[in-house]
Amino acid sequence: MAEKAKVQFRQSIVVRFSGDSGDGMQLAGNIFSNVSAGLGDRISTFPDYPAEVRAPQGSLGGVSGFQVHIGHGVHTPGDECDVLVAMNPAALKQNARFLRKGGAAIVDIDTFTQAGLDKALYTTDDPYEELNLKAQVIEAPITTMVKEALKDTGMDLKSQLKCRNMFALGLVCWLFNRPMEAPLKFLKAKFAEKPDVYAANELVVKGGYNYGHNIHATVSTYRIQSDDVRPGTYTDVSGNKATAWGLIMASEMSGRPLFLGSYPITPATDILHELAKRRDLGVKAIQMEDEIGGICSAIGASFAGHLAVTTTSGPGLALKSEALGLAVMAELPLVLVDVQRGGPSTGLPTKTEQTDLNQALYGRSGESPLVVLAAASPTDCFKMAFQAARIAIEHMTPVILLTDAFIANGSSAWRIPEEGEYPAIKPNYVPASLKESWTPFMRNALGIRYWAIPGTPGLEHVVGGLEKDYNQGVISNDPINHAHMVETRRMKVANIANYIPELKLKGDTGADTIILGWGSTYGHILDAVTRLNDEGIRIAMTHIRYINPLPKNTAELLSRFKTVIVAELNNGQLANYLQSKIPNLNICHINKVQGQPFLVQEIVDGVKNIMMEEEF
Amino acid sequence: MEQNNNNIQEKAYKPLDYKNDQPVRWCPGCGDHAVLNVLLKSMSHLGIPPEKTAVISGIGCSSRLPYYTHTYAFHTIHGRGGAVATGFKTANPEMTVWQVSGDGDCLAIGGNHFIHEVRRNINVNLLLLNNRIYGLTKGQFSPTSARGFKSKSSPYGTVEDPFIPAELTFGARGTFFARSLDVELNISQEVMMEAAKHKGCSVVEILQNCMIFNNGIHSYITDRENRPDRTIHLVHGEKMIFGKDMNRGIVQDGFGLKAVTIGEDGYTIDDVLVHDAHCESSFVHQMLAMMDGTDLPVALGVIRAVDAPTYETAVAEQVEEAKAKHGFTCLHDVIMSGDTWQVE
Repeated sequence: MAEKAKVQFRQSIVVRFSGDSGDGMQLAGNIFSNVSAGLGDRISTFPDYPAEVRAPQGSLGGVSGFQVHIGHGVHTPGDECDVLVAMNPAALKQNARFLRKGGAAIVDIDTFTQAGLDKALYTTDDPYEELNLKAQVIEAPITTMVKEALKDTGMDLKSQLKCRNMFALGLVCWLFNRPMEAPLKFLKAKFAEKPDVYAANELVVKGGYNYGHNIHATVSTYRIQSDDVRPGTYTDVSGNKATAWGLIMASEMSGRPLFLGSYPITPATDILHELAKRRDLGVKAIQMEDEIGGICSAIGASFAGHLAVTTTSGPGLALKSEALGLAVMAELPLVLVDVQRGGPSTGLPTKTEQTDLNQALYGRSGESPLVVLAAASPTDCFKMAFQAARIAIEHMTPVILLTDAFIANGSSAWRIPEEGEYPAIKPNYVPASLKESWTPFMRNALGIRYWAIPGTPGLEHVVGGLEKDYNQGVISNDPINHAHMVETRRMKVANIANYIPELKLKGDTGADTIILGWGSTYGHILDAVTRLNDEGIRIAMTHIRYINPLPKNTAELLSRFKTVIVAELNNGQLANYLQSKIPNLNICHINKVQGQPFLVQEIVDGVKNIMMEEEF
Repeated sequence: MEQNNNNIQEKAYKPLDYKNDQPVRWCPGCGDHAVLNVLLKSMSHLGIPPEKTAVISGIGCSSRLPYYTHTYAFHTIHGRGGAVATGFKTANPEMTVWQVSGDGDCLAIGGNHFIHEVRRNINVNLLLLNNRIYGLTKGQFSPTSARGFKSKSSPYGTVEDPFIPAELTFGARGTFFARSLDVELNISQEVMMEAAKHKGCSVVEILQNCMIFNNGIHSYITDRENRPDRTIHLVHGEKMIFGKDMNRGIVQDGFGLKAVTIGEDGYTIDDVLVHDAHCESSFVHQMLAMMDGTDLPVALGVIRAVDAPTYETAVAEQVEEAKAKHGFTCLHDVIMSGDTWQVE
């Protein structure tokens, strides 16, 4: 039978695991991603899970998903999936729309009972017809087979059913020709302390794998070609982990110990988790009583001479805004990472959006400029976290780094940097020559205040939120002095444009139209531009990682184009910012505010629509 | 001394070594002047150098204090001094940290940071200047104003009960609580010195007078003629005796306390309680701290001082343990310890 199998060679494939939020879909998806990355594939992942920890079992609200894109030329988790795993009728209903025509759905047919269909609010007894599913459906009796595989283990039924995700994992591994040993290696490490649990999972993974083998004749098997990537040592990294690691790298390169003051908030908490583990590198990550405590403890640590960081999401950024103003006023280095989610208010806590840009740029009292950066991909989080820390320390300013749920939870293969790849960060310490005459708001030639580390004799000083005299650094209410200090703080931040990379063009650089975005939309826009150029549509692209200040060639570069299309996951926040900075631009918008990343096709269609309208 | 943070040593520092050249701008007659002077004197007696001393505050009249010190000082934002001090001390346990706060700053807007700072037992000396009024905003009731208190924002009197800072401290499982009056310079110095020596969050409440907006709010106990009978100076290991003639004592009365005259009603000196500030249970400390000057005298001095692990030391110990256990020297080691693969 096996000889008759169709083997499809594809550049890349997309798999989506879905089930109840208690079904372990994130774990199955993660292991499958790691297995693939270990075989040299490029990967990009997208966990899509509900806000509730445990919504009612089998309900539409409780469906959790994990999508992974593996193979060659992978920049996004993919618009549509080739294979959908649905552990129950609700999961199938919620995710069928992501399955491409001609793809395959694997369902646990044991859950497709009348009760299961009712819970998922099906109105007929033919779910495939009702969902208009144009795909091959593999009806696997997963529950039955898991119970069968574990019948001799003495496990109770509840524990047995917890292993269903591993059956799906085994089946998908077989489907994509992953060796059986690879997932078992991950499971062995995960359950090192619980040999019984490992043994059960091993039985079930093998059961799934063998089941796939046994039904071989009825499934198309995909084989995935590996991507050709730069030589080096690679690992798989999520955006949140990369952010944490980038901050540690900056600590090592600056010689300033790393401090994190944080408060748990979805989807930023994994940065706290990773840095809390890194006490083994001397990192002091502490969980405070609230968001304000998080940033204020970081400001205290910054005053004490640490590389100080606070991490949050949109609602937390709102709570931290007064303290951010204090860091602006005291001119202390501080990195604030905002992992954006759908808002306003509690909004869509687990979904992605780019709607905090206005808040990051403008959300403080008074004239309070600070630096705003945005990371473009999970691996770019490492680089941008490093840059955020470098700018904060070298320019004595708070820096907001914007990431979002999409890249924070998504992951990619990442080439581990080699020694010397990242530059030394040079804190602006009080020079020995100034020690006698130093006052706390004395500045270097670039207008940057010096950093006096507590414990140093002779540099005792007072900082605080009240306006200071430009020369003496003591409290001042003088109107002219205040205006001068406002301008000094503005210039200090504006001057950072000289210390960041310029914007680069991609795509058809001779075109009249350019599309740009910022942050996590990079991969989708790049794919869209490639697709458009392949169709003969002339369009260039650039991407903004440094938002305030903008790279110094921004105005010149964008002014070359008749039309500037800004694609972003909000109602035009970057577009409005650019228009205010460069008024002569003809800006058109592609916006989406659904708590979901762009689909490449949406950008392609958006560009085509704009181009048609512009012609008239 | 098992730790080197409160490096108490005999070195000749003068109070003015901790004072900068800025003019002090509190109103004439404000109790804060006395607190600043006693603090500078305490610092010089402790002998911790100015560069190893930090003074951190929030917002309010009392929170201006850091601006007058020659230390590493930080005037932060309203209510957040405790959180800033927590980060500062955790980052650098070598520094001796004083936090200065008021009843509004500490117990209203900063209430959450206060209880958690106390609960964590971060080694900070917290001076809580309690004048039962908002002074900087010109006269509104505070969380320590008595029920019915009339102010600009409560013209018909407040309809809420006040916090009693000691009760809140014990509720947050505080390890140190002391009290003094702005006019009691010797006791103020004693409690500040003891607060500095205590390893943990030392809450020092100083009943302080606002000349402008709440003049005389504490005079029932602070006036010279009232003070001996309406206050008691508690000292660990000593009998609880007070009064003009030092013939009054505190005795146990069922589950409560009672003030008696020694030699009357059959009470002798042997019946008078001996203060035990180091007792693990805060039950008696709480009864002592709740004495309000009517039937029982207001307790001054160190009411509670018990040993417990400090937050910043525990964090530093975990760092050392984790470093030793995992043996990583840099980020690269951590990354390479995970799953990696080579691309040729």
